[in-house]
Amino acid sequence: MDMIIIPAINMTPILPEIFLSVLAMALLLINVFRPGGQKSYLAYISFIGIVVAAILVGAGWGSHIESFSGSVVLDNFATFFKMTFLVAAGLTVLISDQYMEREGCNHGELYPLILFTVVGMMLMASGTDLMTIFLGLEVMSVSLYVLAGFNRANKKSNEAGLKYFLLGAFSTGFLLYGMALIYGATGTTKLYKIATIVGQMTLPTANIMLVAGMLLMLTGFAFKIAAAPFHMWTPDVYEGAPTPMTAFMSAGPKAAGFAALLRIFLVALPTLQVEWSQVLWVMAVLTMTVGNITALRQDNIKRVLAYSSIAHAGYALVGFVAANGTGTAGILFYMLSYAFMNIGAFAIVILVAKKGETNGNVSDFAGLGFKRPLLAVVMTIFLFSLAGMPPTAGFIGKFYLFSGAIQEGYIWLAVIGVLNSAASVYYYLRIMVYMYMKEPTEDFEWIQLTAPVALALVIAVVGSLIPGIVPSIILQYAEMAVKLI
Amino acid sequence: MSNVLSLTTFLPILGVLLLLFIPKDSKGILRNVTLAVTVVTFLVSLIILTGFQTNAEFQFVENVPWIAAGPFIMRYNIGIDGISLWLVLLTTFIMPIAVLSTYTAVEEKVKEYMICLLLLETGMLGAFISLDLFLFYIFWEVMLIPMYFMIGIWGGKNKIYAAVKFFIYTMVGSLLMLVALVFLYFKGMQAGITDFGLLQFFTLKLDMATQIWLFLAFAFAFAIKVPMFPLHTWLPDAHTEAPTAGSVILAAVLLKMGTYGYVRFAIPLFPEAAHKFAPLIATLAVIGIIYAALVAMVQEDVKKLVAYSSVAHLGFVMLGVFAFNVEGISGGMLQMINHGISTGALFLIVGFIYERRHTRLITDFGGLSKKMPIFATIFMIVTFSSVGLPGTNGFVGEFLILIGAFESELRWWTIIATSGVILSAVYMLWVFQRVMFGELDNPKNQKLSDLNAREIAIMVPLVVMIFFMGLYPKPFIDKMDPAIRKLVAQARIAPVNAQVLPAGHPSLDAKPAEEAVPAVNPHDAK
Repeated sequence: MDMIIIPAINMTPILPEIFLSVLAMALLLINVFRPGGQKSYLAYISFIGIVVAAILVGAGWGSHIESFSGSVVLDNFATFFKMTFLVAAGLTVLISDQYMEREGCNHGELYPLILFTVVGMMLMASGTDLMTIFLGLEVMSVSLYVLAGFNRANKKSNEAGLKYFLLGAFSTGFLLYGMALIYGATGTTKLYKIATIVGQMTLPTANIMLVAGMLLMLTGFAFKIAAAPFHMWTPDVYEGAPTPMTAFMSAGPKAAGFAALLRIFLVALPTLQVEWSQVLWVMAVLTMTVGNITALRQDNIKRVLAYSSIAHAGYALVGFVAANGTGTAGILFYMLSYAFMNIGAFAIVILVAKKGETNGNVSDFAGLGFKRPLLAVVMTIFLFSLAGMPPTAGFIGKFYLFSGAIQEGYIWLAVIGVLNSAASVYYYLRIMVYMYMKEPTEDFEWIQLTAPVALALVIAVVGSLIPGIVPSIILQYAEMAVKLI
Repeated sequence: MSNVLSLTTFLPILGVLLLLFIPKDSKGILRNVTLAVTVVTFLVSLIILTGFQTNAEFQFVENVPWIAAGPFIMRYNIGIDGISLWLVLLTTFIMPIAVLSTYTAVEEKVKEYMICLLLLETGMLGAFISLDLFLFYIFWEVMLIPMYFMIGIWGGKNKIYAAVKFFIYTMVGSLLMLVALVFLYFKGMQAGITDFGLLQFFTLKLDMATQIWLFLAFAFAFAIKVPMFPLHTWLPDAHTEAPTAGSVILAAVLLKMGTYGYVRFAIPLFPEAAHKFAPLIATLAVIGIIYAALVAMVQEDVKKLVAYSSVAHLGFVMLGVFAFNVEGISGGMLQMINHGISTGALFLIVGFIYERRHTRLITDFGGLSKKMPIFATIFMIVTFSSVGLPGTNGFVGEFLILIGAFESELRWWTIIATSGVILSAVYMLWVFQRVMFGELDNPKNQKLSDLNAREIAIMVPLVVMIFFMGLYPKPFIDKMDPAIRKLVAQARIAPVNAQVLPAGHPSLDAKPAEEAVPAVNPHDAK
């Protein structure tokens, strides 16, 4: 008997992905064989699975293993981002059960889909081949389209799902076209080889195919991270999607988009840095300004947070323009902090919103501060962190992002950034104004704080506050993570 | 007692932890605990005073690593010299008074109010003692949060507008300062500076263009806080809407952050640029003095009047500081403390009558001295102090400022500014007359009661300080003198600037010259 010779494949780099995929499939099966009834146990299993995956991911810290003929790599950069995704997913799972139960759409498929999204994001972070990154992105996106429209009975949720799907598919086309052009220009899809080939070109900027490919890829990713002018889908999708999914989308996939962007542009296209940083400069300014200015005029709290999420992508882009150690470490730190503070804020929004999200406006927070002081204090911490006030993680994150830009001489970019930040304070303060300075219109007694949500809030508060006081505990890892790419 | 400075700064935070365990309905306990915490903080801060050596060095220094990531190293680096010493003491001195003033004024949400007060105290103290630029920035920003809530929750009719305006104004300035701070750090790094420690940056030589930009960013942030004309518009709103204790702290301490920022950071870090902009800043200061005094004169609301008088007084401080000589800066520093005491006292006085009558309109009052003799006496003393009558603290500060500024390149500015002294006498004495003297014609004022024991207890320390500093300012000046001499040496620059200053002169010389002459004499006569 002849043996089929399989090339040696090291499975270690994708062990957490395998684990989560198997878990997700198992959950799907369990869900099929136990139809109806309570689905909370699925949330608990998923959460435990995410914790286990986090341990697996954490164990890989410090190693550098390439596998699958160099299309996947396990390095600190990937590990840091994977942790961010797991934090986002873990918090989302914790806040989902109560919401889905209340809205009457606690279908068991939710949790496997979240896990599949995480698998996709993880592949994006560790892929070193355009194809791997694309596959990861598709796994993530397809699951997200379903998640956005998960509340089947709700028109807005349906609209969100469809909108996200149509525009998402469109942007994927851009991305794929860009990748194809890059392949055409360099003859490879492996990032390191692209870097070598582009580095050997005498005049890479004259290679139209290469430049066009780069710009098209940038467009594709800009859609995923909701950067202006490709942000139009964000408010509607964020408003319509079930709130826990909105929280998840604003933190997880955004971070994944940045992971892939950073890896592709810093590893494969550093030769073109002058060109892409100019494009990103404009994009960063647009994204920050559009996000903040529009957020000022919103009344629906999900839309406020949606637009603010656009602005936050803009801040992260500032660090990307700098493309130095400070800026990129800032992006990593910020994405992780953002997962904590934004999902935390959305958790409070869920609690206040009532069934059917009838309490979805900023004004519905009136008087929360003295009716439910603890919730309001927690919300205040998230809001100050989002606004970038010390001593929160949001401040340290912004500090490093903008410092990176200043270090590279982009003073004006930093100035525009901080002015935007000051403008953003207005709409975050507005929520606090309602919470503390207006007379209550509700008694807020209906708010039920279940154990998982409380746990999520505790984790989120710790994550938004402690790194603001002792940033080194996270920053040192972020720094090590960006050294390798 | 090597970390007595940290102890002073963070005692209020410990107090907050204590308050968290007290049920919110036990208002009396909450108030008393807060008072106890602030009094203990004050007593601890006296250890700093007694242990302070009169020299130019930073003392009680604590310097431990805090953050080290990327290109940045931030340290928990604190210490005080003669300049910050008095501001620290002013803060710890004012706080118990502010707390005591809330006993009957604040009945709603007492627990939250007390927590805000204590957080504010830590923020203010932290900003005064920071010797690390980054640490300073953190405290500077943190201070905003409790003040924002104090105005916004316990404020008057327009509280939300005032609170948000206060927050955003300050935030814009300080964020630009943050950019400058980071830029300065990278400049320093090229010169071999390893962390955000302030003292190292004093030795950093920067070229003029860099200095100008950095100075502008710092000066802008501080000018908003002072506040200097034309960035002062948030102040009357914030003051009018804030609850009494908030106004007292805002006037007594928070505004000093701005002037302190110039003395501690903007001038010694960028001396050449500071000299270049001295005429501009002096002009704004003088405009502030005159304009605020004129606006104060026509106010119908006593509290607004006091708020505008703050703008005028701080204008004097700025003028003294930008004289760049020992007299001017000493006067400026002294006036910062004086203003803290006398304007703090004025806001308390306004608070007393507001609590009794729930109005602050001057026209609602008149002849109160007949019903409230003790109140009238105290009000009069404070008014004299605010006007700068000899024998009170206000005189010493203003006199030193005017002497210092007159001897500096700001002579013409001084001459105009001096008229502000008269204007301040006009609006203060006039308001005193309208409120306290005349016919007691409003029937609602008939049954007004005089100050009670608690209110007298609040005012006595302030009155004592008014006379003590007015009659015997020596210990205050002596302690700060070495630090100020050091600052003057740091601010002294090569004569290159001699060419810069005259350029600013002629434009301003022409107009004010004739009105200047009569302006000096009345002051001398006083």
